Amino acid sequence: MSSWVHATWSHEDATEPAWTRALDDDSNLMLTPMHTSESHATATVPRSRRRAVALISGGLDSMLAARVIIEQGVEVQGLNFFTGFCVEGHTHAIRNKDRNRPKRNNALWVAEQLGIKLHFVDVVEEYKQIVINPRHGYGANLNPCLDCKTFMVGKAFAWMQQHGFDFVITGEVVGQRPKSQRKDTMPVVARESGAHDRLLRPLCAKRLPETLPEREGWVSREALHDFHGRSRKPQMALAERFGFSEYAQPAGGCCFLTNRQYTVKLKDLWQSRGRRDYELDDIMLLKVGRHLRPRPHFKLIIAREDGENRFLSGYRRAFTHLQPVSHGGPLTLVDGEVGEDDLVLAARLTARYSQGRDAEFVDVEAVTGDGTPRRLRVAPFPADQIPEAWHV
Amino acid sequence: MGARHSLDARRLLCPMPVIRVQQRVAELSPGDVLEVWCTDPGTRNDIPAWCRVNGHRMLEVRDEDDDIVLTLEVGDDGGGARNDG
Repeated sequence: MSSWVHATWSHEDATEPAWTRALDDDSNLMLTPMHTSESHATATVPRSRRRAVALISGGLDSMLAARVIIEQGVEVQGLNFFTGFCVEGHTHAIRNKDRNRPKRNNALWVAEQLGIKLHFVDVVEEYKQIVINPRHGYGANLNPCLDCKTFMVGKAFAWMQQHGFDFVITGEVVGQRPKSQRKDTMPVVARESGAHDRLLRPLCAKRLPETLPEREGWVSREALHDFHGRSRKPQMALAERFGFSEYAQPAGGCCFLTNRQYTVKLKDLWQSRGRRDYELDDIMLLKVGRHLRPRPHFKLIIAREDGENRFLSGYRRAFTHLQPVSHGGPLTLVDGEVGEDDLVLAARLTARYSQGRDAEFVDVEAVTGDGTPRRLRVAPFPADQIPEAWHV
Repeated sequence: MGARHSLDARRLLCPMPVIRVQQRVAELSPGDVLEVWCTDPGTRNDIPAWCRVNGHRMLEVRDEDDDIVLTLEVGDDGGGARNDG
């Protein structure tokens, strides 16, 4: 005799047949197509715990959301999306001033605290369309937050289906973000991602319509939360309850596209090339160095310290580059095609940021496209004569 | 111990070396050994952390001139997503 606990597989999921789910006495999951009566044959597959895939940014909210669901006995595994615009990781490794900061990856650190698996997803190529042509537009800078969240939930939902998981969870909180986490936009994410009611936001679920995991009793709605607004106090309190004394940056602070200076550089890149496009190296280089555009057809990327010198040296072969040889000074990459006068100007600007900035002349080695080094003796460009407009 | 493999992740910055390791491990069998060559100092933490989180075993971290060489053994689950334990 089976003790039936009926559950209905989501009717909104067009990729799967409609099934009723039940547990028999041996805790095996029994799947029966809904159009059949109970007298028809029933497929039996091994029963395991419900499984949720969590978007793990490395911040506190997604950490708490996952922990809330783990507490309910659900197996959780994490996904972390690499877009190329992530603040941590790359930047920590580059600059000398960051050398003493922990070089941990926050998403991995969170996964370790939670005791869950974490899978990285490289979305650099696919993500371009989100950045270049966001359906719902940008936030204050070039941050396409609503499209981004929809994209990531959609990817997580696809991963969920591919790997036999039951639902998706995020650390979103109603009213916390001005664009993607509003009462009126959160349903947009659920709908346009395709996740629909398999998307559960544990930190604010009580303020949202019931989802499939709640209806089916996979999780208890009562044990979920009703956080809202920009206050972090409820999250801090919950973190304390879980014993999380250490956590990374506030939610949303991990994307360069929310940074005004960064987006100015990205717009400059698009304008100079006459098209809205980028490669991974382009957006990496926007994070590093002092960017000067003395002429419309070329830009200089000038290292600010040894850490950036080391980082930029990895790109030397792909760019015309310059470095002082008579004095200590920065490596400069030239992005664009330059003529003789341009090269002299680039050498003078490089010299300006060298230890020979006050010298009468500085010798600068320049390596152009054919790889042949040549030496230029130049007068450093006077600091007070560099137009503000050259700074990108 | 299984077959030995090598992966060049030099000049990549985290998390790209970890992503490359994840992709490579997904193609390997439990017990296989993967030697990963890196330059980003962040990999000293990230690759061992990735191994701990995903059930693989870190065998060695050593320096070779300017490179960091991390050797890991693929865990019993391989590189997949199943984790019913």
